[in-house]
Amino acid sequence: MTDSKYFTTTKKGEIFELKAELNSDKKEKKKEAVKKVIASMTVGKDVSALFPDVVNCMQTDNLELKKLVYLYLMNYAKSQPDMAIMAVNTFVKDCEDANPLIRALAVRTMGCIRVDKITEYLCEPLRKCLKDEDPYVRKTAAVCVAKLHDINAQLVEDQGFLDTLKDLISDSNPMVVANAVAALSEIAESHPNSNLLDLNPQTINKLLTALNECTEWGQIFILDCLANYTPRDDRESQSICERVTPRLSHANSAVVLSAVKVLMKFMEMLPKDLDYYGTLLKKLAPPLVTLLSAEPELQYVALRNINLIVQRRPEILKHEMKVFFVKYNDPIYVKLEKLDIMIRLASQANIAQVLAELKEYSTEVDVDFVRKAVRAIGRCAIKVEQSAERCVSTLLDLIQTKVNYVVQEAIVVIKDIFRKYPNKYESVIATLCENLDSLDEPEARAAMIWIVGEYAERIDNADELLESFLEGFHDESTQVQLQLLTAIVKLFLKKPTETQELVQQVLSLATQDSDNPDLRDRGYIYWRLLSTDPVAAKEVVLAEKPLISEETDLIEPTLLEELICHIGTLASVYHKPPSAFVEGSRGVQHKRISGNAVSGESVESPDNGSAAGVTEAPPAVIQSHGDLLGDLLNLDLTPPTTTGPPPPSSSGMQMGAMDLLGGGLDSLLGGDLGGNPAMGAGFGGPPAVMPASFNAPVGGGLDDLFDLGSGVGMPMGAFNPPKTVWLPAMKAKGLEISGTFVRRAGVIQMEMNLTNKAMSVMTDFAIQFNRNSFGLASAGPLQILTPLSPNQSIEAALPLSTVGPIMKMEPLNNLQVAVKNNIDVFYFSCQYPISMLFVEDGKMERQVFLATWKDIPNENESQFQIKDCHLNSDAASNKLQSSNIFTIAKRTVEGQDMLYQSMKLTNGIWVLAELRVQAGNPNYTISLKCRAPEVNQCVFQNYESVLKN
Amino acid sequence: MIGGLFIYNHKGEVLISRVYRDDIGRNAVDAFRVNVIHARQQVRSPVTNIARTSFFHVKRSNIWLAAVTKQNVNAAMVFEFLYKMCDVMTAYFGKISEENIKNNFVLIYELLDEILDFGYPQNSETGALKTFITQQGIKGQTKEEQSQITSQVTGQIGWRREGIKYRRNELFLDVLESVNLLMSPQGQVLSAHVSGRVVMKSYLSGMPECKFGMNDKIVIDKQGKGITTDETAKSSGKQSIAIDDCTFHQCVRLSKFDSERSISFIPPDGEYELMRYRTTKDIILPFRVIPLVREVGRTKLEVKVVIKSNFKPSLLAQKIEVRIPTPLNTSGVQVICMKGKAKYKASENAIVWKIKRMAGMKESQISAEIELLPTNDKKKWARPPISMNFEVPFAPSGLKVRYLKVFESKLNYSDHDVIKWVRYIGRSGIYETRC
Repeated sequence: MTDSKYFTTTKKGEIFELKAELNSDKKEKKKEAVKKVIASMTVGKDVSALFPDVVNCMQTDNLELKKLVYLYLMNYAKSQPDMAIMAVNTFVKDCEDANPLIRALAVRTMGCIRVDKITEYLCEPLRKCLKDEDPYVRKTAAVCVAKLHDINAQLVEDQGFLDTLKDLISDSNPMVVANAVAALSEIAESHPNSNLLDLNPQTINKLLTALNECTEWGQIFILDCLANYTPRDDRESQSICERVTPRLSHANSAVVLSAVKVLMKFMEMLPKDLDYYGTLLKKLAPPLVTLLSAEPELQYVALRNINLIVQRRPEILKHEMKVFFVKYNDPIYVKLEKLDIMIRLASQANIAQVLAELKEYSTEVDVDFVRKAVRAIGRCAIKVEQSAERCVSTLLDLIQTKVNYVVQEAIVVIKDIFRKYPNKYESVIATLCENLDSLDEPEARAAMIWIVGEYAERIDNADELLESFLEGFHDESTQVQLQLLTAIVKLFLKKPTETQELVQQVLSLATQDSDNPDLRDRGYIYWRLLSTDPVAAKEVVLAEKPLISEETDLIEPTLLEELICHIGTLASVYHKPPSAFVEGSRGVQHKRISGNAVSGESVESPDNGSAAGVTEAPPAVIQSHGDLLGDLLNLDLTPPTTTGPPPPSSSGMQMGAMDLLGGGLDSLLGGDLGGNPAMGAGFGGPPAVMPASFNAPVGGGLDDLFDLGSGVGMPMGAFNPPKTVWLPAMKAKGLEISGTFVRRAGVIQMEMNLTNKAMSVMTDFAIQFNRNSFGLASAGPLQILTPLSPNQSIEAALPLSTVGPIMKMEPLNNLQVAVKNNIDVFYFSCQYPISMLFVEDGKMERQVFLATWKDIPNENESQFQIKDCHLNSDAASNKLQSSNIFTIAKRTVEGQDMLYQSMKLTNGIWVLAELRVQAGNPNYTISLKCRAPEVNQCVFQNYESVLKN
Repeated sequence: MIGGLFIYNHKGEVLISRVYRDDIGRNAVDAFRVNVIHARQQVRSPVTNIARTSFFHVKRSNIWLAAVTKQNVNAAMVFEFLYKMCDVMTAYFGKISEENIKNNFVLIYELLDEILDFGYPQNSETGALKTFITQQGIKGQTKEEQSQITSQVTGQIGWRREGIKYRRNELFLDVLESVNLLMSPQGQVLSAHVSGRVVMKSYLSGMPECKFGMNDKIVIDKQGKGITTDETAKSSGKQSIAIDDCTFHQCVRLSKFDSERSISFIPPDGEYELMRYRTTKDIILPFRVIPLVREVGRTKLEVKVVIKSNFKPSLLAQKIEVRIPTPLNTSGVQVICMKGKAKYKASENAIVWKIKRMAGMKESQISAEIELLPTNDKKKWARPPISMNFEVPFAPSGLKVRYLKVFESKLNYSDHDVIKWVRYIGRSGIYETRC
C-alpha cells in the first residue's frame, strides 16, 4: 500500500530491472514500475534511459498511470526530442477523447513539452480546445496559449491564437475569463508596446462582472490586470473603486492586497475634496490591519507593502500604531518590519507609547532587532521634537547598560540628534567620551570622532582623544580615516596653538602614506586651504550645516510610485523595481501612477488637504546628503541603514558644486596633469597624480573654489550651457552621464554624453523623468541602439515635451531623472535653464504689456541686481532676444536705458521685466513681475547667465 | 508566476519536485537546500533571492515547502497558495509529515498538476478536487458525471457539488475567538484585540441558500432606525458589537455584504470557515494578571502573581495555565499556590501553574522564590512577559449569533426542519502581562 518504498531502492542494475518491469504484461507491475521511475526522478537520479519503455505505457485506460507517464514526459522530452515524437499520436488522440478531463489533461501536458516538433502538432488540438464546449477544457487551453507563446511567440501570433484568447475574455464561464486574463497579461508583458490587452470600459466591465464570480485565484489575476488600466476620468475611476472595494473583505490576503493596489492607484485620479475619497481612505485601514493576523509569512509580505503605503499615504494608518507593536514570539522578520513602520507612524500624539515600546525592545535578545530599536529611539528624537529630551535620556540609560552593540548604536544616533538640535544636548558628551574604548565598529568610531571634532572647544582633552585614534590610522576603515582628518582640521581651526603638530601629522598621513584617493584628495584640499587662507578655511570647514531632515530611509518618490503599482508582488517585498531582479524583458516596463494632471498637485496649496501636502512634498532624505559638498563641510551622514534600495543620487546642488570644484582644480593645475578620470572617485574628474610637494596654490584656482559661496548649485545656464556631469561613474556602476539642455526652433532637447567606464558592455538604455514643475517629459524613447562597450562614449539627444505630469520642485527648475540600463536603474537630478521654456511667441503687445504690468499686484514684483555686466542696452537686448526674451519698448531717462521685456513659458505663464541699464555702470537693475512670482528667481538667474555669456 | 514547487524533509532531501517553467533548472533545488535549509544562520526572511531566483518557503513541522520563481510574481498569492496546498494535502492524507508525503507522492503530483497550471493556481477547493482526484482512478464515470465534475470545478459554485442528500438536515456553528492582550505591569492595557472565526459544519441537502445574522452594530443600528420603540434602542445599544473588520469564505457574496451588510451564501458541504473578524472595542478580558517581582540581592527573586477571573460566576473557565518566565541562571525554585498545581520547568525556563477549572469572579494567587546562581554576565535579564492560556464558554468580543436561515426552494424542507447548534468558545491568543 505505501508508496514510500519506491524511494529506498538504490541497488545496482536498478535501471535494468525497471526496464523489465515496465515491459511486463501485468498492468499492476507496470504501474509499480512507473511509480519507481518517478520516485527516482524526484530524488534527482537520471532515468532518461527508460524513455522508450515509459512512453510505451502511455496508451492506457488507467488515468493514474497516464498522468504518471505524462509527468515523466514533461521532465525528459527535452533531452530526448526524437523519441518524444512517439508520444504525439497519443496526445492528439487524447485531445479528441470523449472525457473532458482527458482532453484537458492532454492539451495541458502537450503545452509543457518544449520540443519544436511537438508544438507543431499542438496547434490544431489547441485551436479546437479553445472552442471546446466544456469550460474545463477551455480554461486549460487558455493557459496553454501562454505556454506555447513562451516556447514560440511567432507561432502563436501567426496562428491567430491571440485573437481567440481575447475572445475568451467575454466567455460565459468566470474561470475561463480569469485564465484568459492571466495568459494575456503574461503575453503582454513580453510585448510592452503591443496593444494586446486592449483595456477599454467594455472589457473592464466584463472583468468586473467576472470578478464577483470566479475563484479566489481568478480574482487575483483579474485585479492584477485591472491595476494596469488607466481610467479616462475620475467618474470612471470612482465606479471601478466602488466595485473593487467589496474584495477587501475576502479571506484570501492576496485578493485583499491586489484590491488595495487597484484602489491605491485609482485613488490618485479622484479629486481630494470628494466625499468618496475620504470614505475610501477610511475603508483601506481595517483590511490592512487584518492582514497582520494572517500567518507570519503573509504578515511579512503585508508589512513590506504597508511600509510603502504609509510612505505614500500616511493618513490611512496614522491611528493604528498599536497593531504594529511587536509581539514577543513574532518571527524576527516580522519584528524588524514592524519596527520600521512604527518609526514611520510615530508622531507627537503617540510618541510616549512608542518610546515605552522601543525601550522594552532594546532589552531583547536578537542583536539586529535591538540595534534597530536603539536606532529607532534616535529617529523618534529627530522626528518628534517634543520627545527629544526623553529619547536622549533613554539612550543614556542604554549606554549605561554597557552592552557593547547597544552603546555603539546609541552613539551613532546621538550624533544625528546633535545635528538636528545643535547646542542642546552637549551635556551628554562626557558620558559618551567614557565609552570611547569600547567602540570597535567603524560607524560608531566615525560618529564619536565627529562629535569630538564638532565640539572640540568644549572637550578639554579633545586633542588627546583624537591623537589616540591617530595611532592606528592606517588600520582604520576609510570612513573613520576621513572623519578623523576632518575632525583634526576642525580642532586645529578652533585651537590652533596647541594642535599644529597634530594637524601636520594627520595631513601627511592622509596625503603621503595613503593609497586611498578620496582621503588623499581631501587631505590636499585641507592642506591648501589652510596654507593659503586660514580665515577662508574656517569659513569652509566650520560653516553652518544645513539641518537634517526628519524622515529617514524614505524611498525615492519615483521608485515609490512604481512600487505602489506593484503592491503584493515580489517588487514590493524587495522594495526594488522588477528590472532589478527579473531577467530579460519580462516586467521591465516601469509602471507609473497616472496622476490627474488637471487637478495637478503642483497647484495644490498646502492648506487644502493636509494629506496631499504631506506626501507630495519632495522629501529630503538624509541619505542623499552624504555627498561631496556635504563631505567637505564634514556632514558625514552615512546612511543609517542599508536595507533600503540604493540611495537616490545627489541632487543638482551637489552636482554643481562638484563641477565647479573639478574646474577649479583643473585650472589650478594648469591642465598639464591629465590623469585617469575614472580614478577621481570623489571629484568628478580631477587628476589622479598630485605632486606631493605642492604648496603654493594658484590664486585663480582658489578663487574658483570660493566662488562656491555665491553660486553654489546653479550650473550656470548660458545660452547653450556647456555639458556638466550629471551622473558620475562612481554612482552608477560605471555609467557617466553629462549633458545639457538646448532649445532649437521651438524644440527642447536634452543632449547627453553617455560614457561607459565599467568593464562590461551596457545595453537596454531607457530614461524617465520624475514629475516636475513644468511637466517636462521625454517625447520619445532614448535612442541608443548600439551597445555601449567599455570606455566608449556616445552622444544622445532626447527631444522633450512639456505635457508630462506636474509636481512643484525645489528649486523650480530641478529635474529628477531615472536612467536604466542592463545593469541597474540610476537616479540623478539636474537643473535646466528656464530659458528652455521661453516660447518663440513671447512678445507681448505694448498695450497689453502696459495693462498687465499695472494689473499684477506689486507684491509679485521682485528686484534683482546683475553685477559686472559690460554690455550696452542694445547688445543686451539682442542677446536676450536669442533666448526668446523680447524687448517691447525702450525708454531713456536721464542717461538710463529702460528696457521693457516679456517672455512666455510653455505653460502659458507670462513674465514681464524692466531692465535698467546705465551707461558706464556695470550693474544692471532688473524688476520682474509675474502672476506666479515663484518663477522670478529662476528667470533672474537666467538673465544673469545669458548676459554674462 | 510560480516556476516550480519543491518539498524537502528536514535534512534537505527532496521529496517532491515539480517544475512548471523553463527558466527554473534542476540546480534551483540544490540552491535552496544549500542557502536556506543548510544555511549556517537561520534564514531571516520567508522570501530569499538566490542568484536572481526567488524562493518562497513555509515550514510545516519539519517539512519545507518552497515555491520558486524568476519573475515578479504576486508574493501574497504564492504564500496563500502554499498554505492552500498544505490544507489540500491535510484534507487528503492527514498530517504533513515525511512519511505521509512519501506514501502519497503520486497523489501529490496529481494534485500539483491539477491545482497549478503553468504556475497559475487553479481551483483548489478540496470539495471539488475530491470528486475527481482519487487514488482509484475515474474510470467508471458516465458522461453526465464527467460534465458535472467539470462544471463544478470551473463553475461559479466551485465549492459545492449538486445532488447532496441528507436524511437529517443539520448544521453546527462554532464561534471561536482568541483574545489577545498585552498589559503593562501597572495594569494598563497596551493592546487588546479579539480575532474570531465562525466555523460552520453543514449537513444540508441540495443547494441551500443561507443567511447569517449576528449582533453587528452597523446592522442593528440600521434596523433600529426603522422601528423606534425604546426597547429595540435599548437592546441595540447594549448588545451590539463594533466589528473592526471581517473577511469571508469565498462562498459569501461580497458585493451584497458591501452594499447591505447582509451575509448570504451557499455553503460548502461539511466543515469550513465562514468568516473571520476582529474587534478591539469593549472586549471582555476574562482574566487579569497582577505580577509582583522583587529582586532580593543578586541571587534571589521573589515573584507573586495574582489572577482574577472576570466573568459571570455561573460560568467556568478551563485549562488555565500561567507561565512565569525565570532567569537563565535559576538554580532552584520554591512555589506555593492556593489552587491547582505549579511546577518549575528548568528546560523551559519557566514556572508553569495549571488550574483545571475556575469559576467567574474568583481570585487565586501563587508566590515563588527563585534562587539564582551568581554570574558575571553584565547583561540584565530581559524579563519576558507572563503569559496565560485558558478556555472560556463565551465570546470575549460579545458577538452573538442572531440567526442562520436556510432556504432550499427545490427540496421540500424548510428553515424550521433544520437542526441548528451554536457554540461559543473563547481561547487565549497571546495573552501577556509584562512584569
